Amino acid sequence: MIQVEQLAVTFGAGTPLENRALRGLNLTIPEGQFVTVIGSNGAGKSTFLNALAGEVLADQGKILIDDQDVTRWPTNKRAGLVARVFQDPLAGTCEALTIEENMALALKRGLGRGLSRSIRHEYQEIFKERLARLGLGLEKRLGDRMGLLSGGQRQAVSLLMATLQPMKILLLDEHTAALDPKTAAFVLELTKNIIEEQNLTALMVTHSMRQALDVGDRTLMLHEGNIAFDVEGAEREGLDVPDLLALFSKTKGEELSDDSLLLG
Amino acid sequence: MSSIAFFGAVESGLLFGLVAFGVFIAFRVLDFPDLTVDGSFPLGAAVAATLIVTGWNPWLATAMAMVAGCMAGAVTAWLNVRLQILNLLASILTMIALYSINLRIMGKPNVALLGDETVFTPFENWDIPFYLINPIILSGFVLVVYLLFVRFMTSELGLAMRATGVNAKMARANGVHTGRLTILGVAVANGMVGLAGALFAQSQGTADVTMGVGTIVIGLAAVIGGEAILSTRTIARWIFACLIGAILYRLAIAVALNADWIGLKAQDLNLITAVLVTLAIVMPRMKLLKRKGGQA
Repeated sequence: MIQVEQLAVTFGAGTPLENRALRGLNLTIPEGQFVTVIGSNGAGKSTFLNALAGEVLADQGKILIDDQDVTRWPTNKRAGLVARVFQDPLAGTCEALTIEENMALALKRGLGRGLSRSIRHEYQEIFKERLARLGLGLEKRLGDRMGLLSGGQRQAVSLLMATLQPMKILLLDEHTAALDPKTAAFVLELTKNIIEEQNLTALMVTHSMRQALDVGDRTLMLHEGNIAFDVEGAEREGLDVPDLLALFSKTKGEELSDDSLLLG
Repeated sequence: MSSIAFFGAVESGLLFGLVAFGVFIAFRVLDFPDLTVDGSFPLGAAVAATLIVTGWNPWLATAMAMVAGCMAGAVTAWLNVRLQILNLLASILTMIALYSINLRIMGKPNVALLGDETVFTPFENWDIPFYLINPIILSGFVLVVYLLFVRFMTSELGLAMRATGVNAKMARANGVHTGRLTILGVAVANGMVGLAGALFAQSQGTADVTMGVGTIVIGLAAVIGGEAILSTRTIARWIFACLIGAILYRLAIAVALNADWIGLKAQDLNLITAVLVTLAIVMPRMKLLKRKGGQA
């Protein structure tokens, strides 16, 4: 279970460029829930994800993962609890390393690393088996450099890499945004399947309201560093994009166009 | 060129092969432009020579030189990782500090190893031409270091180090302590350079505080040259390319210095190296420009 209490992050505090990215955000995600997050540009989505991952440390508030206070833990220490897929296909993998080297690196996420060989036969079998399910033929290309793969292929491999080891939460940072529509649909379908199969707790940031409603169990909208609304269950069933916009104006008393979200 | 000159060049090529290994870790694996090398090379020489003169076992003295090199590298990386000093500047600070430290270690600008036992001494009476002895022993050293180095780079820790250099954010997200690995990598790099310095002092019979000038550029020339000639497809081949680059570089220099009609002298070495490295960096780009120009 993930508990976020009064989380606040301010960039450039005390300067003219002060940006209060998160302003006392509270959220509890029970185990096995798949949450989608939307919000316009500057709403705090990325900061929230970075704060959960440890890339940004909170100024105030607490982050608890299974009742363990990880608020002050740096990214590498949290890696055993938090897995992540980045928006940029180039960011989640090392293009200079081979597919199997990338996967071997991810296979040891959150575990100690020693002097034993990073690539072993039994590991290669795991990699081949996982890659085969993508149906992209990558299981025959273990020794190819990651840089030879297309953005969609790399994103699919990133997803596999993130889920090689158990985690308490999987963070997906607009991981289909940089892909063409067909590839994006493929990666999204894969995401849904993996999360369902392994019964993962996940948080997916997306720029598309449609996508936010179509996948997952719960949808949050961030606005000005806080949660504008939070829908799940029966209330969320049957909601459509215009309903979300209406929900937003009702709770915030402001108008928001679909465009500002799509662009954000 | 005489056999003596040829094998002399091979000998120094092997020594600078060790330097190239260090430069490879810093510049290629960690993307950490490290000039500490110019200080850790004479540091290794100073430590080994001083200890040998005071009666230490030459093997132990050589090991201590490696440890000293590791410490110098660790200081540079620590300045960068913990104190957040720009990596290049951090390495210059250590390099400058080492100049004083090396003088302190030796107590004078140079130490001669005349008649002292070195790692080469047991092989002196070998029944082969004398100019082959050092290259053969050094080949043994370099082979052992090469095998250990490749084994390390393909280990879990080595893989994490490579990821740290190419994509630190991704490495951290996978639980890699990037700061610690940077310190380890730069330390290992300078440890190998310290070893090179120690062996250089023993093969030349002297350690000198100024012997480090330009070491980094020679190491870089070896790495870039090797990459231009040989395959870098696997890490083992890439590291091997650096070694071959170092040997070919020293041979090329020997040829140039031996050809009287060119008119080059030993003191021109650093200038030639700098020009060669510049060309090696710029040439691939020139080719690209030409192709682009042709299309336009």
